[in-house]
Amino acid sequence: MNSQKVVEILHAVSKKIEEEKDFLTELDNVIGDGDHGINMARGFQKVEEKLDTLQTTDIGNILKTTGMTLVSTVGGASGPLYGTAFMKAGMVVAGKEELTLDDFLACMDAAAEGVKMRGKSTQGEKTMLDSMIPALEAMKKAKEEGQDTPAVLQKGTEAAKEGVEYTKTIIATKGRASYVGERSIGHQDPGATSFTDILETICNCVSA
Amino acid sequence: MKKLINAVDQVENQMVAGMVKAYPQYLKKLDCGNVVVRAEKKSGKVALISGGGSGHEPAHGGYVGTGMLDAAVAGAVFTSPTPDQIYEGIKEIATDKGVLMVIKNYTGDVMNFEMAREMAEMEGIKVDQVVVNDDVAVDGSLYTVGRRGVAGTVFVHKIAGALAESGAELEDVKKVAEDVIANVRSMGMAIRPCTVPASGVPGFELKDDEMEVGIGIHGEPGTHRETLKPADEVVDMLLEKILADIDYSGSEVAVMINGSGATPLMELFILNNRVADVLAEKGIKVYKTFVGEYMTSLEMEGFSISLLRLNDQMKELLDAPADTPAFKA
Repeated sequence: MNSQKVVEILHAVSKKIEEEKDFLTELDNVIGDGDHGINMARGFQKVEEKLDTLQTTDIGNILKTTGMTLVSTVGGASGPLYGTAFMKAGMVVAGKEELTLDDFLACMDAAAEGVKMRGKSTQGEKTMLDSMIPALEAMKKAKEEGQDTPAVLQKGTEAAKEGVEYTKTIIATKGRASYVGERSIGHQDPGATSFTDILETICNCVSA
Repeated sequence: MKKLINAVDQVENQMVAGMVKAYPQYLKKLDCGNVVVRAEKKSGKVALISGGGSGHEPAHGGYVGTGMLDAAVAGAVFTSPTPDQIYEGIKEIATDKGVLMVIKNYTGDVMNFEMAREMAEMEGIKVDQVVVNDDVAVDGSLYTVGRRGVAGTVFVHKIAGALAESGAELEDVKKVAEDVIANVRSMGMAIRPCTVPASGVPGFELKDDEMEVGIGIHGEPGTHRETLKPADEVVDMLLEKILADIDYSGSEVAVMINGSGATPLMELFILNNRVADVLAEKGIKVYKTFVGEYMTSLEMEGFSISLLRLNDQMKELLDAPADTPAFKA
């Protein structure tokens, strides 16, 4: 995966988020404050505008710029969380123009740690971590089993989707959804959903 | 959606621009974004910055001025402002005495303000923070991120702002802000939801005979829904939760009856009529009452009650001069 491919993936992610904007907002309306899709779409639209100038830089810089752009345009909780995730991922691969599967997993690891740190959160609280962590674990396991990159990403995407389903069964204890208490049961977490959208897009781009 | 706006993506910009044009003697907008600061910077005092999503007008820009805030940062509607914007505000108002951030307890607000604080501290600016969490509708238990910050925040702006204006040190301003936070409790309800312009649909739906209790200020659903009751019974229900939370007996209080944006003053006075009677019955002395729109939620129809238990210092600071677009004393 080289810089050009990463830019291509981010274009696809921006497109996916724009497509899912209304659905993510709808999910957020039920248990949050109904702006997740709107905010994410606004942020990725800005990322999209910057992508052409990033084609020739290293992947660390592409991810860092993406993170900083999200932090400064998304707002809410998603801005700092996704922004921190991309910035931390970028730091791990600073200066690299080619990513191996190990590099990618190291990025995901750093991203998840960044989200935990920034959100003072952990798994099981009905947040994006509920799709992110299972996805990461599934990908690590698939890698250890010797599967190739598309297969690893496929496993990760499947685990992320299961994570989204899992969020339907639990009470939110972090974020704005925690205020609706038990009423959050039965509804999937918008953040876990948007993360899954992103991972699935990466998976599709890599497999294509 | 029916609103007097021009374009969904210009709502916040045009609101801030219009507010600054209405009050040029008080406010100045920074070029970097929707950050308003005092028209004339005051040095030699602790600078106060607050903010949050737009849609709560007059909060927070309306409280920028003498005796209250030095800067207010407006994010997208009901969305926390971003760290870079908050940081620009902090940089603009920073003095040698330091900056106090007044944050409402929402995950996004806390994260964005804390990131801004990290940025400012890297530049050598002294920054501290308080987090307002006055909403008793939400249990401050292990199962939530803690109580939300709602209309009681305005009392923090007023009282901490007055102490800052007198030239007090950062630790003292922070201390009095924390005193207010420890002594203010609020709870709200709504009978009609609001519509975030960018979303175009109401945050929840209520039947004609329903009310949403324990509502926050972001158009999000409250803690539960029940059949609409007469105003007095609604007041009793909210007051019961507030009065059970801290011991107000024998104390003097400041009362805020805050309209959510589309509640007629007539109804707010009807509500206050009951609030005053209940407090009198319970031997709680009302020192000052504020009825009006202080922390709104767009066009939501509803209200909140805030009760601040006062001590002598707070009374004095509540009465101290304030001159801002939306709050004068």
